[in-house]
Amino acid sequence: MSQKKPEKLIDENDIRYDGRKLNELRAVKIEVGVLGNADGSAYIEQGKNRILAAVYGPREIHPKHQALPDRAALRCRYHMAPFSVQERKSPAPSRRELEISKVMREALEPSVFTEYYPRTAIDLFVEVLQADGGTRCAGITVASLALADAGIPMRDLVSACAAGKVEGRLVLDLNDVEDKSSDGADMPIAYMPNLNAVTLLQMDGMLTSEEFEQVLNMGIEGCRQIGQIQKEALKARYTAVKEAAAEKEEETEEEAGEE
Amino acid sequence: MTSIMAAKVKAKRVAQLIAHGKRLDGRELYSHREVQIESGLIERAEGSARVRLGKTEVLVGVKIEMGEPFSDTPNEGVLTVNAELVPLASPTFEAGPPDENSIELARVVDRGIRESKAIATDDLVIEPGKKVFVVFIDVYVLNHDGNLIDASALGALAALVNTKMFNYEVKEGEVKIKPGYKPLPLKNHPVAVTFAKINGQLIVDPWLEEEQVMDARLTMAFEKDGKLCAMQKGGYGTFTMQQVLEAAKIGQQKAAELRALVVKE
Amino acid sequence: MPIFHEKRQLVTPGDLLAENDYISGENTYKENGKIYATRIGLFNHDQKRVFVVALKSFYVPMVGDTVIGKVLEVTLGGWIVDIRAPYVAMLRASDALERPVRPQKDDLPALFDVGDMMIAKIVAYDRTRDPLLTVLERGLGKVTRGQMIEITPTKIPRVIGKAGSMITMIKNETGCQIAIGQNGRIAIMGKTPEDERSAIMAIRMVEQEAHTSGLTDRVTEMLRKEKSEKSKEVVEYVSKET
Repeated sequence: MSQKKPEKLIDENDIRYDGRKLNELRAVKIEVGVLGNADGSAYIEQGKNRILAAVYGPREIHPKHQALPDRAALRCRYHMAPFSVQERKSPAPSRRELEISKVMREALEPSVFTEYYPRTAIDLFVEVLQADGGTRCAGITVASLALADAGIPMRDLVSACAAGKVEGRLVLDLNDVEDKSSDGADMPIAYMPNLNAVTLLQMDGMLTSEEFEQVLNMGIEGCRQIGQIQKEALKARYTAVKEAAAEKEEETEEEAGEE
Repeated sequence: MTSIMAAKVKAKRVAQLIAHGKRLDGRELYSHREVQIESGLIERAEGSARVRLGKTEVLVGVKIEMGEPFSDTPNEGVLTVNAELVPLASPTFEAGPPDENSIELARVVDRGIRESKAIATDDLVIEPGKKVFVVFIDVYVLNHDGNLIDASALGALAALVNTKMFNYEVKEGEVKIKPGYKPLPLKNHPVAVTFAKINGQLIVDPWLEEEQVMDARLTMAFEKDGKLCAMQKGGYGTFTMQQVLEAAKIGQQKAAELRALVVKE
Repeated sequence: MPIFHEKRQLVTPGDLLAENDYISGENTYKENGKIYATRIGLFNHDQKRVFVVALKSFYVPMVGDTVIGKVLEVTLGGWIVDIRAPYVAMLRASDALERPVRPQKDDLPALFDVGDMMIAKIVAYDRTRDPLLTVLERGLGKVTRGQMIEITPTKIPRVIGKAGSMITMIKNETGCQIAIGQNGRIAIMGKTPEDERSAIMAIRMVEQEAHTSGLTDRVTEMLRKEKSEKSKEVVEYVSKET
């Protein structure tokens, strides 16, 4: 379906065309543990982004020559579905997808205790079912949860968010239309909140040093917010099991009391 | 971490139960697993649907673009079906160009839609010989727990039912998009039903454990009036003529049941 | 000596658990004097140690563990076995036959073929090579009938129960032989498929409600109800016939 591009992306009151404030995230919804076959999985809706991540591993590595003697090889594949973008995209991986696969892997590797599982592979698959800007960040956010859902020991969750400049103003979490606007800047960031460690940092566009510092701060703050949502989603997945069990316990206690 | 190969012990158990008219998951021989259909979840696509058949999960997206017709059919639009067995759906799927399984899946789904003339391709002509609509149906398997064909075919039907095209008019050889949308003109509603043969017995909708021990499979697609519009036999085993006829009879009824989930008459 | 969470509180990877004088226990790590969780689970601690009971993890081979494996490949010297772990395991012919191996004469597939299940023990494992198995002890060998299920490996101790109380009860109530692998696989061999199904239901119930108390009694009650309902059916059927 075609999108209507608005005349101005941000109005005089600093409200963006989709109603957001400059430093406001899009609506985020995350579900953990959504796929039956994968060892771990998670799904995110962020604005119009719809992204699925799955983990298989640690498992035997094929081809054998990719094995590392002292740790697991983390392999990552970022891929977009043909119907995920405005103009249908060929399913064959593009150069952009290959680059993103690489930076995503490098963003997540520092968080995983790969040294515990030498000579194995941890395979990460990120499928973009619908794209609307900031997919590599949303992809990292959900891939990190898939790793946790697989029970793979990690130093921290990795939270990702982009910040940048649109029509002269510094904004958080750019969508596709904002990202494509000229004269702006887009800076995706991935961050491990508990360890204060930036694991992904890229930028398109132009920023002065002052602007850069402001945008970085804004982005990191966005990452922290994403981190909270990630934790809630992860806990929600496992609380359900715990609660179901606790309910049963109450029921039987009541029954016992009645006798 | 786990290998998907069926253990011999399990294979024996599956065959034993089937010989007594039962299946490992408690189903009747000719019952489908529970079906869940959700449409329109990918707004970027002109049409979309997600089908859950038991734990098998398939997402289908429909995109409509403008393009050139094939030279041998200048007055017809183009329909093309593609299937992706993405690695996250199963430990047995590898990344890479479509292998014979994903190609077979795409072509079987395509056959049902094309042969039943579900999409009137002469309705898709913008400028005869020059410009036509190209309908891309992309099948995305998200979780493989058996019988991808039936799930994908049902998903494709639901996605097509959900598909909207933009309004347009042709002025001086240029296509101008007008506001508003209209549904894709669908003339038929093909549905596929797949049988597996285990130990001489036919069952409907094999799940993964059964697929791993089956002798062969037989898929039949039926259009809305109950006529057969496509068939595909797969696997190394064989079917007797009686089994093929039996499958056709049962399949027709099963197809009607599945169709009712997508198309409200 | 600060501790940041209450016992049995749900923590996620990267959560700060404690500082300074504690020792980092299971599913935690220590860096710059701070201890963090590595997995999602329930926080716990004693006087000295801080640890997390993981709600989701996978089996890592340990020497001495009994595991249930599936043969992937038959090689010249033995078998490659899937034990549902990050590493495949090897069973050498010498650890499966009680006499010396004769490569020309011995028919390895006759002993274990691709797809066969076995109860085995891990005799060797370290970081530089895949785990080694043996089937030469009592209670080990090929599984020839029945059903196999897989559960989260962390729940295996609960299925066994204190001093084997839970699993012994399930065996008695269902009349099934049950072999438990530390790798989360359980082989159930009963006199009828219905008995096997009851045992499976019981085990799944333990897996779901592992954190609760009074579980053994509830599972026993469930199994007895199942049995009485089934015998009722038989009685009705018989009376219809006569």
